[in-house]
Amino acid sequence: MALPTSSVITLHINGEKHTLPVDHRTTLLDALRERLDLTGTKKGCDQGQCGACTVLADGRRTVACLQLAVAAEGREITTIEGVADGGRLHPVQQAFLDLDGYQCGYCTPGQICSAIGMLAEHAAGWPSAASGDVRPAAAAAPLTAEEIRERMSGNLCRCSAYTSIVEAVARAAGADAATAAAVVPAQSGEAVA
Amino acid sequence: MTTAQRTAVRAVGTGHVRVEGRDKVTGAARYAGDVPFAELGYGWLVLSTVARGRIRDIASGPVLEMPGVLAVLDHRSAPRLETDYVGLLGIRPDPTCAVFQHDTVPHLGWPVALVVAQTPEQAREAAESLAVEYETLPHDIAFDGDRPDARPADGIMPAVTDKGDLAAELAASAHVVDEEYTTPEEHHHPMEPHAATARWEDGRLEVVDSNQGAAWVVGELANLFRLDPGSVRVRSEHVGGGFGSKGVRAHQVAAVMAATVLRRPVRVALTRPQMFALAGHRSPTVQRVRLGADADGRLRALDHRSVSRTGTHYEFVEPGAGVARVMYDADAHHTENRVVRLDVPSPTFMRAPGEAPGAFALESALDELAEKCGIDPIDLRLRNEPATGPVSGLPFAPRNLRACFEEGARRFGWARRDPRPGVRREGRWLLGTGTAAASFPAGAAPSTAAVTAEADGRFTVRTAAADIGTGARTALTLVAADALGVAPERVTVRIGDSAFGFAMIAGGSMGTRSWSMAVMAAAGELRERLAPGMDIPAEGITVRSDTTARLAALTAVERHSYGAQFAEVAVDPATGEVRVRRMLGIFAAGRIVNPLTARGQFTGGMIWGISMALHEEALRDPAFGGPVGADLAGYHVATHADVPRVEADWVDDTDPDDPVGIKGIGEVGIVGAAAAIANAVWHATGVRHRSLPIRPDRVLTAGSDA
Ligand code: FES
Ligand code: FES
Repeated sequence: MALPTSSVITLHINGEKHTLPVDHRTTLLDALRERLDLTGTKKGCDQGQCGACTVLADGRRTVACLQLAVAAEGREITTIEGVADGGRLHPVQQAFLDLDGYQCGYCTPGQICSAIGMLAEHAAGWPSAASGDVRPAAAAAPLTAEEIRERMSGNLCRCSAYTSIVEAVARAAGADAATAAAVVPAQSGEAVA
Repeated sequence: MTTAQRTAVRAVGTGHVRVEGRDKVTGAARYAGDVPFAELGYGWLVLSTVARGRIRDIASGPVLEMPGVLAVLDHRSAPRLETDYVGLLGIRPDPTCAVFQHDTVPHLGWPVALVVAQTPEQAREAAESLAVEYETLPHDIAFDGDRPDARPADGIMPAVTDKGDLAAELAASAHVVDEEYTTPEEHHHPMEPHAATARWEDGRLEVVDSNQGAAWVVGELANLFRLDPGSVRVRSEHVGGGFGSKGVRAHQVAAVMAATVLRRPVRVALTRPQMFALAGHRSPTVQRVRLGADADGRLRALDHRSVSRTGTHYEFVEPGAGVARVMYDADAHHTENRVVRLDVPSPTFMRAPGEAPGAFALESALDELAEKCGIDPIDLRLRNEPATGPVSGLPFAPRNLRACFEEGARRFGWARRDPRPGVRREGRWLLGTGTAAASFPAGAAPSTAAVTAEADGRFTVRTAAADIGTGARTALTLVAADALGVAPERVTVRIGDSAFGFAMIAGGSMGTRSWSMAVMAAAGELRERLAPGMDIPAEGITVRSDTTARLAALTAVERHSYGAQFAEVAVDPATGEVRVRRMLGIFAAGRIVNPLTARGQFTGGMIWGISMALHEEALRDPAFGGPVGADLAGYHVATHADVPRVEADWVDDTDPDDPVGIKGIGEVGIVGAAAAIANAVWHATGVRHRSLPIRPDRVLTAGSDA
């Protein structure tokens, strides 16, 4: 007897339950976009190389194109449509808007979801390749521009809005004055003599 | 109601967040592949797996039996197309778009069939199961600068310009630079892959697409399918980047064919790997630059020859030698673009076509000349500022390159620079700084716009402009607000719809300039018509404009944007790693409409320069004829960690004779950026890199083969 090629699954997305039959080949990304009309999550490569499809699964960032919908059952998925608090934008969204942290906007939902997940990782004390001391006992690395760039490098922006994305993430992080100064220098001029 | 109070505050010149910004940060903005359709069929293109040959057979029978499959279109079953026409941009259609018309395969990745199914999963599996049998023919993709079959070709500009006696001036020069520079095949890769959905309704064709000019796409589709352009509507509301790649391509045509055959809506999206063959690319170039100068750096001879590559089926010329026609004069001045036809996909316009690779070569050569003359590289350029167009002889509209260099040098700290190469060290890093000049033409093309005074006191602007990330929608809102004398909040700009009439595409840095001209004309006339306190009828009062006549009446001058690029790099001689530490670009680019978004346009271009200098390269495998690692893991574009502090700013660039005063800013930012970085790498290491990208292996082996 042939094995079934589809199943009825229940996905938890942005606090809502969706029960739907899916082809087992359907990725979480296609389930969101083609089945649930949640098209805010973008398809940039469909092979895990660009970050445009980044969503949060149980609060952790993940690329929806590399996850089968059937495997997402039981996880709490947050997409770009679910990060604002009703009419009030999430601080990361607000900072992207105010500081022009995008151009075409296509990578933006992924950048924003990634930034939200990344800030939580940082707050939890996870180090990155840019962190100096990675021993568990070390104090959390300050969220410098360097750290933000390293931790956000899985999200490509071909418009190359990188400088303003980093500014926006730093602002949203409620970065202290020192970090903000490192990210947005008032003047250039310390040339290599 | 009656017309309300007008505002005296000017909107143009102050920063405004994007009018569609909220939609973009909440995921509400619908791009082409996001618009839902009932009964949608999913199309999946099947591309050739041979680089040259003939299709012997396509086994569509078994695939048609697969679950959900609705159709297989190929050269035996597809509707016939008309390809003998010249399109709105004055160019003939790229045969790659005229899909399924014959059995010839001219390059790897040529579209051979379209499979349509009820779900994307079914379409993909069916497409990947489709067996295509080829008669394989030998292919030739070996590109170099010495090919005897490279011949002069015009493209968008004359192939050759020539004045003076090159040999004599070179012989009389105190210093001569004679070097070859190469740039690789590069790809646009906007983050949004090309996608189009076509459907017929009541005898009208509607296409929801992602493109750089809806009216342009209508023209092409109407020509190809022999339709009345009035019965075709193309909408492209939000576009996830274009950079030159989003014109008419195979997917729109395939979608229209399938929608015609199946009588239901069909969407065709390119996959990221398919974009390597079907989205266009920038040809590799091999450029020879010869400069001859007096001891004081004044140019006596300038010779710039560029060879690029095109397909056997279509000619596109990457005009690398064009930039010298604007930037530098010499007693003997020769520029020449040649092209060689090989078995590769169609190249096309890509951000600063010609200028980007051309300025890498020319601005690197200038730096080499400065070194030979013992003159500061900025000085050398300013000593060679031409009085009139070196080739055209036309006067320059304000040419504010000097102001860019002066302001840039001050802010970058150039005066403190020690010109000696290879003498600064910081730990494992060698440090250096470099500079280069930038320019890009400020053209405009005929466009139409309609501006309506609505009964509720608001204003609506309609023009078939495209906002591919440039901020055009917001810029036009500000331009219209000022022309109407009202606050921008009272203006709604609607774009991306061919129903609004003809308008220039978002390309050639001509979009915002061209559309602004049309919007200003209509808004200005409407403002005059509206007497204070006047009653507006329910349907509003609309004024339309067409800038064709005004543009024809403009006096010919050399009108360009300019820029001065500065870069600081660190090079690790042990690993070959090159890090850009900071960049500064100062531009003279007309009136800056929206400083908030303009900064992103400039820095985005400069970061493309980082990407071009250090990362981007599509290497074709001679055996199979396609790029190795054709995806975003194999083709590197700059990401966050590659991008340091990048700053852009601008100098005043007022042009009293220009009726618009606004220049395009999408392209000038990349021009010269790669040269500034390469020049900085020389300053850090003492080694010249004349081939892009400056990969670690090239840094490590540099000098060993010289
Ligand atoms: S679409 Fe998932 S990583 Fe690119
Ligand atoms: S904003 Fe266009 S790709 Fe990031």
